[in-house]
Amino acid sequence: MLDDFFTRALLAGVGVALTAGPLGCFVVWRRMAYFGDTMAHSALLGVALSLFFGINLLVTVFGVAVAVSLLLLMLQRRQSLSADALLGILSHSALAIGLVLVAFMTWVRIDLIAFLFGDILAVTPGDIGLIWGGGAVVLTALAFLWRPLIASTVSEDVAEAEGMKPARARLFFMLLMALVIAIAMKIVGIMLITSLLIIPAATARRFSSSPEVMAVLASLIGAFAVIGGLFGSLHYDTPSGPSIVVAALLLFVLSLFPALGKNTAEKAGNQGVR
Amino acid sequence: MLMTDRALGAQSENRLVSLANAGIRRDGRWLVRGVDFSIRRGEVVTLIGPNGAGKSTTAKLAIGVLRPDEGAVDRMQGLRIGYVPQKLAIDWTMPLSVRRLMRLTGPLPDIELAAALKATGIPHLVDAEVRHLSGGEFQRALLARAIARKPDLMVLDEPVQGVDFAGESALYELIREIRNSTGCGILMISHDLHMVMAGTDTVICLNGHVCCRGTPEVVSQSADYLKLFGGHSRSLAVYSHHHDHTHLPDGRVMHGDGSITDHCHPDDGHHHDAHDHHHDHSHDHHQHGHVGHDHAHHAPTADGRSDRA
Repeated sequence: MLDDFFTRALLAGVGVALTAGPLGCFVVWRRMAYFGDTMAHSALLGVALSLFFGINLLVTVFGVAVAVSLLLLMLQRRQSLSADALLGILSHSALAIGLVLVAFMTWVRIDLIAFLFGDILAVTPGDIGLIWGGGAVVLTALAFLWRPLIASTVSEDVAEAEGMKPARARLFFMLLMALVIAIAMKIVGIMLITSLLIIPAATARRFSSSPEVMAVLASLIGAFAVIGGLFGSLHYDTPSGPSIVVAALLLFVLSLFPALGKNTAEKAGNQGVR
Repeated sequence: MLMTDRALGAQSENRLVSLANAGIRRDGRWLVRGVDFSIRRGEVVTLIGPNGAGKSTTAKLAIGVLRPDEGAVDRMQGLRIGYVPQKLAIDWTMPLSVRRLMRLTGPLPDIELAAALKATGIPHLVDAEVRHLSGGEFQRALLARAIARKPDLMVLDEPVQGVDFAGESALYELIREIRNSTGCGILMISHDLHMVMAGTDTVICLNGHVCCRGTPEVVSQSADYLKLFGGHSRSLAVYSHHHDHTHLPDGRVMHGDGSITDHCHPDDGHHHDAHDHHHDHSHDHHQHGHVGHDHAHHAPTADGRSDRA
């Protein structure tokens, strides 16, 4: 079964989507969309370093993403610029440095497009093992961190006062983000990773009654988007990464129609409560 | 629990937390400095002071959210804190019911969860989404959450903000009861001395530093307090006049008989002596309602809310 490139792509994509769902919820709740983008863009720098030093790609991408997020935390603590401006600087300069470095290395030929927009149809059985193994690690860690993370998302101060150690939770969360980006890069590409984090989570929001439900739904919706996108790309002969994102977007747009959600009833019912 | 109590009693007279000359500086400016106080089991300490006096900062120092740049803060080992912050902004994209909020930082059996919500007067909102709560309801939920944790120390930063007048004194009464029944220490922040007067052991008046301290009676008479709060003996005014209706934060009016309407009208049967207010301080918002409106009231619904849907 693993011989078929399409089956491999499906397995890899669904694995990434299942992992990205709960993490993406936190990205949405904590308003870290731009932060995720910054980490993802820095992945290209990781790619360049991997080629330059001949180290495993996963290691350098993970390392650079962690380094960039730590740098960002440090800069934010100095409070000289708004987080928004800092992210803008880091995000695009990481991408630009990566592109420049790759261009310097005239002795290597890399398929830049594959890194930027993903090459899901070229995944190997080894990649699939990595995705599912890494995904299991990420989801297990997230399960352990769940209460501190939720608590510090609601209020850092309350979490700190009541012994939830929000700083530690935040650090682990960033490590998990870096890991997911390293794993997902090959599937949807550097430019589109955040969409796989955010769009399924945003779609799940209207159908969720609790953070836990939203996390699970985001995983499932992401998996649907991957399956739909891949079949679409096969059928219409479109690039697979962008097709997955378009499929996710379609699901999101569908979720906006009031008849599908329970939200219309909920809204009317709650007006009295306010 | 008994062990720790005994050990603690031996070593530090039940001190839950103590600040010694604590200060915190941001951008070269001292937010608070030279703060000295401690809270013991069963003691209620109230911080009062004008805006920007450093009340919330001091509370955050006490519970370890902020670290002092000067001086020291000591907390009892394993101190269990229940915290109601002054501000809490939950991103609306997070689906959070009151039930889930109650279990934010620890598991909680259903029975205790329900009991805490009942105590703060919102048992009916257990499945409501937090973002749909009104300001006062949200404060009640936060207070219920802090209570349900059975903390050694409750830190309440303006716990009754947005709560209606009648609810306010009920909640202060509840806080007092909890102190009496559980023996926890309470650090409370208020800018309203008269509201917390009866239930507080020690009042600390802050304005960047400790201005004065003592029992509520002593502080309310002190020159520093009168200087900070204008010396109009406002607290006396509050005790001497009587409202027959309360203006809720959302603009509606709760009458003495418990009903709620959208406006206050002098002759709609909710007022017993509408033109006989003996206010001795100006209350601008009372004046609008006494000019005769000719439109009808919405009928209050069975649960005391007017139907606005």
